[in-house]
Amino acid sequence: MTEPAELDRILAAHAGREGALLPILHDVQAVFGHVSEDTERAIAHALNLSRAEVHGVVSFYHDFRTRPEPRPVVKLCRAESCQARGVEALAARLPADGPVKVETVYCLGLCSVGPNVMVGDTLHARLTPEKLGALVGGLV
Amino acid sequence: MTNVGMTVVRISDDALALACGADAVAAAFEAAGCTVERVSSWGMHWLEPLAEIDGQGFGPLEPADAAAVLAGSSDKGIGPIADHPFIASQQRFTFARAGKTRPLSLEDYEAHGGWSGLAKARQIGPEATIAEVMTSGLRGRGGAGFPAAIKWTTVAKAAAAPKYIVCNADEGDSGTFADRMVMEGDPFMLIEGMAIAAHAVGAAKGYVYIRSEYPHAIAKMQAAAQAARPYIAPFEVEVRVGAGAYVCGEETSLLNSLEGKRGEVRAKPPLPALEGLFGKPTVVNNVLTLAAVPWIVANGGAAYADVGFGRSKGTMPIQIAGNVKYGGLYEVGFGITLGELVEVVGGGTASGRRVRAVQVGGPLGAYHPPADFHLPFDYESFAAADGLIGHAGLTVFDDSVDMSAQARFAMQFCAAESCGKCTPCRLGSTRGVEVIDRIRARQGRAADAVEALPQIHNARKGARTLSDEIALLEDLCETMKFGSLCALGGFTPYPVLSALRRFPEDFGAVPDAAEAAE
Repeated sequence: MTEPAELDRILAAHAGREGALLPILHDVQAVFGHVSEDTERAIAHALNLSRAEVHGVVSFYHDFRTRPEPRPVVKLCRAESCQARGVEALAARLPADGPVKVETVYCLGLCSVGPNVMVGDTLHARLTPEKLGALVGGLV
Repeated sequence: MTNVGMTVVRISDDALALACGADAVAAAFEAAGCTVERVSSWGMHWLEPLAEIDGQGFGPLEPADAAAVLAGSSDKGIGPIADHPFIASQQRFTFARAGKTRPLSLEDYEAHGGWSGLAKARQIGPEATIAEVMTSGLRGRGGAGFPAAIKWTTVAKAAAAPKYIVCNADEGDSGTFADRMVMEGDPFMLIEGMAIAAHAVGAAKGYVYIRSEYPHAIAKMQAAAQAARPYIAPFEVEVRVGAGAYVCGEETSLLNSLEGKRGEVRAKPPLPALEGLFGKPTVVNNVLTLAAVPWIVANGGAAYADVGFGRSKGTMPIQIAGNVKYGGLYEVGFGITLGELVEVVGGGTASGRRVRAVQVGGPLGAYHPPADFHLPFDYESFAAADGLIGHAGLTVFDDSVDMSAQARFAMQFCAAESCGKCTPCRLGSTRGVEVIDRIRARQGRAADAVEALPQIHNARKGARTLSDEIALLEDLCETMKFGSLCALGGFTPYPVLSALRRFPEDFGAVPDAAEAAE
């Protein structure tokens, strides 16, 4: 469910902006946690696009969700530099479908001090199994 | 120790330092009565969080170390930072201010030579500005290595208006972080570089497209773009945020994303320089390209071109990462050898084991064995060795790595990040994962039900052996390399084929694959 007033506020804030769709989607996801079908319709109407065009953009980018994610999200970097520093052994210890949602990202740009995770906007480097376990445990 | 209150402690607030716990260390020094200044990072990442007091460095620190540092009894001192071999052996042009200035302090920026490039550009005019960049030999630092001044000239001469400056800050390659360090450590330098480019080509609006995985860089660039307005007017810079698509680092995909579309690659021509953002003439340059410009214009293109090697002029901020002892940012003139970077500067592996492979240039770069350590770091030498320097990231692996797994990952990554526009990349990557899985299982396979149909004339009817599968993988890589629209599908064969040809023992070491390596 979206709050129409809040959505209107976001759409009004971006009115007339060049290439406004991504900034709008970022704001929508920050406020509502996901981009629902109803929201896609409202955005399409505001930008004079078809809903298919909006959905095409939402589904293209890894960041946007079409359903809410109630669990805390941990973004674990599993790119080459973190692989070289042992992230796969860490990843194998995390439950795939536990109380914390573990998402894979390809690179947090801390490639000399991995393995790394991002929780919200907070970064954690030099992870060990103990450190990651404590971090994940603290989110539940 | 007396006069603790007068002690100024400088600690980085860049994302890497924060991830290593710099905030807690800073709080410990503040609690002890010190004045803490948050500065950019020196780039010595194994020492973060690093504290600097009167030029002396201490790291890597825990909060509990603050007391010993202040009492003069800490064993984590590294002596004068500027004299540390890792710093003293560099030639820092782009990173000249690293570790020395507060990132968002206009006062610090001006005191360390900031805005002098823009002032000179305004004084000498657009044509002479482009001429300086031409003289410098500056080539695009995003990976393609295209001469920046030629791109600028094309945009400057284009008749259409308005024109745009787009900074590609979608630094998605693993093993790279120089763009992030520029944006978090010296954001005004990037804005100054964009303003100089705008002045040179006649653009009024600039966008910085930053990946969403870099929240700290986004925050600093937004603040810096706002604070710099009076200095760069009438030019304006706006920060836009990506949404987790690796392919948006490709320039035409990035332009589509900025326009609010799916980040699908565009066919070229038309060149973005003529029909770029919203169909208008657009300079698309990487962060490091634009960040090099203020120094070049302020000091003259000739001074920049004095450094370097062959056709690769100037310096390159090289990023040493992965399983390496002394990882970090190492800016030096082109021409240093790969072996020096890995063994001497990087100190070998962090695990203490033997170096087995170094991936140069990110996920689309080749894996090099130590036999390549003699290669000088420049565009042409790496191209001649079937590799590329890309964005100059080095990812070091020790001898526990399975290169067939790395080859599989390259294909898997391409499949996950393909924009879907062209067939070799979209389908080839998935077929690549499958064929590498069969090679890893050391299996051939029989013709499948479709291949066995009599009306399928061009498919093989007999069983495939392991060496047939390897030949198939090489054939697939050729198709992707020459048939893909952009570097994602086109360069994925670099890590795959280099792993296959340089490390054939990890792929079953059938004799004809080893011969193919020669």
